[in-house]
Amino acid sequence: MRGRRSVRPRTSPRERETVTVEQGPGPEKFFRRVLEKLPLPVRGLRSRLVVAFVLVAMASALSAGAVAFREARNGVLQQSQDSVIRQFRASVDAVAADISPGPDPAYTRKVLQTGVQQVLSANQSQGWRVLATYGSVRAYAPRAEFDKLSPELRRSVDTKRAAVFQRVNAGGRPYLVVGMPVTYGGVGSTGSSLSGVVMYLVVPQNTEQAYVEAMVSAIERATLVALVLAVVLALLAASGVLRPVRALRRATRRMAEGHLDVRLVVDGSDELADLSRSFNHMAAALELSVAELRRLEARARRFVADVSHELRTPLAAMSAVTDVLDENARHLNRDTGEALRLISDGTNRLSVLVNDLMEISRFDAGAAELSLDEIDLAEFVQYTLAARGWQGRVETRLPGPGVLRTRVDPRRLDVVVANLVGNALRHGAPPVRLTLGVRQERADVAWAVIEVTDNGPGIAEDAMPHIFERFYKAGTTRTRSESSGLGLAITAENVQLHSGRIGAANRPGGGAAFTVELPLHRDSATADHDSTGGAR
Amino acid sequence: MPRVLIVEDDPDVRKAVQLGLRHQGHDVFAAGTGEEGLEQLHPFHPDVVVLDLMLPGMSGLDVCRRIRVRDQVPIIMVTAKGDDIDVVVGLEAGADDYVVKPVQARVLDARIRAVLRRQDASVSDAVRPRAEAHGELVIDRAGLVVTHRGEPVALAPSELRLLLTLSASPGQVFSRQQLLEAVWEHSYYGDIRLVDACVKRLRGKLGELGGDPRYIQTVRGFGYRFGSP
Repeated sequence: MRGRRSVRPRTSPRERETVTVEQGPGPEKFFRRVLEKLPLPVRGLRSRLVVAFVLVAMASALSAGAVAFREARNGVLQQSQDSVIRQFRASVDAVAADISPGPDPAYTRKVLQTGVQQVLSANQSQGWRVLATYGSVRAYAPRAEFDKLSPELRRSVDTKRAAVFQRVNAGGRPYLVVGMPVTYGGVGSTGSSLSGVVMYLVVPQNTEQAYVEAMVSAIERATLVALVLAVVLALLAASGVLRPVRALRRATRRMAEGHLDVRLVVDGSDELADLSRSFNHMAAALELSVAELRRLEARARRFVADVSHELRTPLAAMSAVTDVLDENARHLNRDTGEALRLISDGTNRLSVLVNDLMEISRFDAGAAELSLDEIDLAEFVQYTLAARGWQGRVETRLPGPGVLRTRVDPRRLDVVVANLVGNALRHGAPPVRLTLGVRQERADVAWAVIEVTDNGPGIAEDAMPHIFERFYKAGTTRTRSESSGLGLAITAENVQLHSGRIGAANRPGGGAAFTVELPLHRDSATADHDSTGGAR
Repeated sequence: MPRVLIVEDDPDVRKAVQLGLRHQGHDVFAAGTGEEGLEQLHPFHPDVVVLDLMLPGMSGLDVCRRIRVRDQVPIIMVTAKGDDIDVVVGLEAGADDYVVKPVQARVLDARIRAVLRRQDASVSDAVRPRAEAHGELVIDRAGLVVTHRGEPVALAPSELRLLLTLSASPGQVFSRQQLLEAVWEHSYYGDIRLVDACVKRLRGKLGELGGDPRYIQTVRGFGYRFGSP
C-alpha cells in the first residue's frame, strides 16, 4: 500500500560486508570514482581494449623496429666501411713505395701530393678526400676540408700501426674518416717499419645514410600499419565481447519488464556463449517457476471464487428465511428464540462475508469494472452519510455545491466512503470528521482528497503495514465486529481501480486518519454515456 | 396481494424464497426451469417475475428476452456478485432491476414493491393535460399509454417511469442519481448501469438508436434530459 508508512529496509551484516569489500582500498576507490564520473563510452570495455591493444602494438612494433634498425644499420655501415678501408689500404699500399719523405719539406709535400693524387685517381667518383701528413707537412686532394679529423684519431694513428677509422657526423651527414700509417717493408705490420707518413681519407656515407633513412621510414610505416591493425583488432575483439554483453543487457531489461520468455541466441563456445547459455537456463527456470506460481495462484483464486459460489446457494435459501426466523423468535421460548436469532445473525454475517469474498475474487480476476459518472463530490458525500443515517455523527468540511465535480464510479466510491466512516464510527471516538479538498500537483494534475479522521486510540504501529490486508486482525483496539475482515481490502481495491491512492496514518494529536486521493477527471475519456463499459 | 412468479433451479432456495415472500404477504408461484416459468406466465399472470440468471437448460437471459417479446411484466433478476457482465446483458435484455444473491426476503420484497409502484401514474401532477404531444411522441399520463407516430409503444414499468419522469419537465437535466431515486427508489448510490441500460432500451423502442436522439438526450457529465422537439 502506498500509505504514509515508510518501512526502512535494514541491510543485513552480510550485505554490509560485501559492500565494504567492494569498495576496496584507497587508490582503487579513487580510480573507481574517477571512472564512474566518465561517460560510459569512455570508461567502457571498447575504449579500454583499444587502448590496451594500441599500447601492446606500439611497444612490440617499436622494440622490434629498434632492434632490427640497430642491427641493420650496423651491418650496412660495417660492410661499407670495411670495403672502403680495404680499397684505401690497397691504394695506399700501391703508392707506399713511391713515398719517401725527405728532410726538405717542399720536396716532401710534392712527394706526398703525388701519392695523394694517385690514391685519389685510383678511386674516382667516390667523393674521397685524401690527406697525407708527414710531421707538419700536409698534402691533400681535392679540397682542404679536413675539419672532421678529430685529435683522438690522429693520436691513435700515431700510436698504432694499424688503420684507424672513425664515424663522424657533420651537418647531419655521416662521414667515414680513416687514418692509415704508411709502412715499408714486409707484409703486415709485424716486420714493417713506420714511415711517419700517414694517409687520411674522408668519405661521405650518403648511400648508407639513405639506406638507414629508408629503414627508419619502413619501420615507421610498419608501426603505423601495426597500430591501425591493433585498433581494428581491438574493435573486433570488443564487439565480439560487447555484442553478447549488450544482448544480455537487453534481455535482462526485458526480463525485468516481465517478459520471462526472452532468450539469447547462443553462438560460439567461449565463456560469453557459456554465460548466454547460463542466462537462458536461468530464464527458463524462472519462467517455469513463475508459471507454476501463477498457476497455483490462479488455482487458489479459482478455489476461493468457487467456494464462494458454492456457499451462495445454501446461503440464498437461509437468507430468504431469516426474516421468518426473526419474526417468530419473539414468540417462542427463550432458548429456541435465542437459537433462531443466532442462526439469523450468523446467516447475515455469512452473506456479507460471501459477498465480500466474491468482490475480492473479481478484483483478483481483473473482472472489476468502473461505471463512470460525473458527480458533485460534496453532494455525494452528504448523500452517502444520509443514506446510512450518519449525518449527525460526522463533522463534515465540504466545498460548496458544484465546486468539486469529478468522474467516478458512484457505487464503488459509496462503498469506500461508507467503509472508512463506518470504521471510524465503530473503532474511533468522536468527533469523526470527513474533509473534502483538492490537492493541485501540477498545472494539469489535481487530486480530490477525502480524509476521514477520528479521535480514537489510533492504529497500532505493528498493525499499520497490514491495515489494508485481507482478514488482517488488528489488535483489540479495532476488533472486527460485524464486518467480514475484507472491508479495508475492498476499499483499497476500489480506490486503486480509480487510479487513486489510499493511506492510513496516526494523527499527532491521537486518532487515526485515512486519506483517499482520486485523480480529478472532468467529463473526459468516454463521450458516450450510454455505454456501460468500464474504465479498462 | 401481489402475485410473484419465481424462477429458481435450486429446490431449497426456491422453497425458501417462496416461504420468505409469502411471509411478506405475496402470492407466490415457483418454477424450477425457465421453460416452466414461461409456461406459467399466462395461467398465473404474475404482477412481477423474479428470475435467477443461472438456470439449467434455457438461460435466465433467454427467458427474460422471451417474456419481453409479448409481455411488459416487471422482471427482477437475481444475479451473483461476479457475474457483472450478466447484469448489463440482463438489463439490456429487458430486466427492470436486479438483486444480488444471497438476498434477504425483506430486501427482495422492497424491490418488488418499488418496481410495482412504477406502474402508478403518480409521477405527473394532475394539472397536466391528459395527453401531451412531443413531436411524434404522445404521452398519456393518466392512461399510461405512449404512442409514437400513431403506434402504441409497449414499455416495461422502468422504461415508462423513466420516460414520465424525464418528460415531466422537458429541458431539465436529471443526474443518474436523481433518476435512480425517482425510478428505482434507490435511496443510496446504486448502480448507474440501471439508468444507462434503461435509456438505451427506451431509445430503441422510440426508434432512435442511431446518431442524435431527439427525445432522450445525453448531457455529458451531468445526465439526461427530455428534449421536446
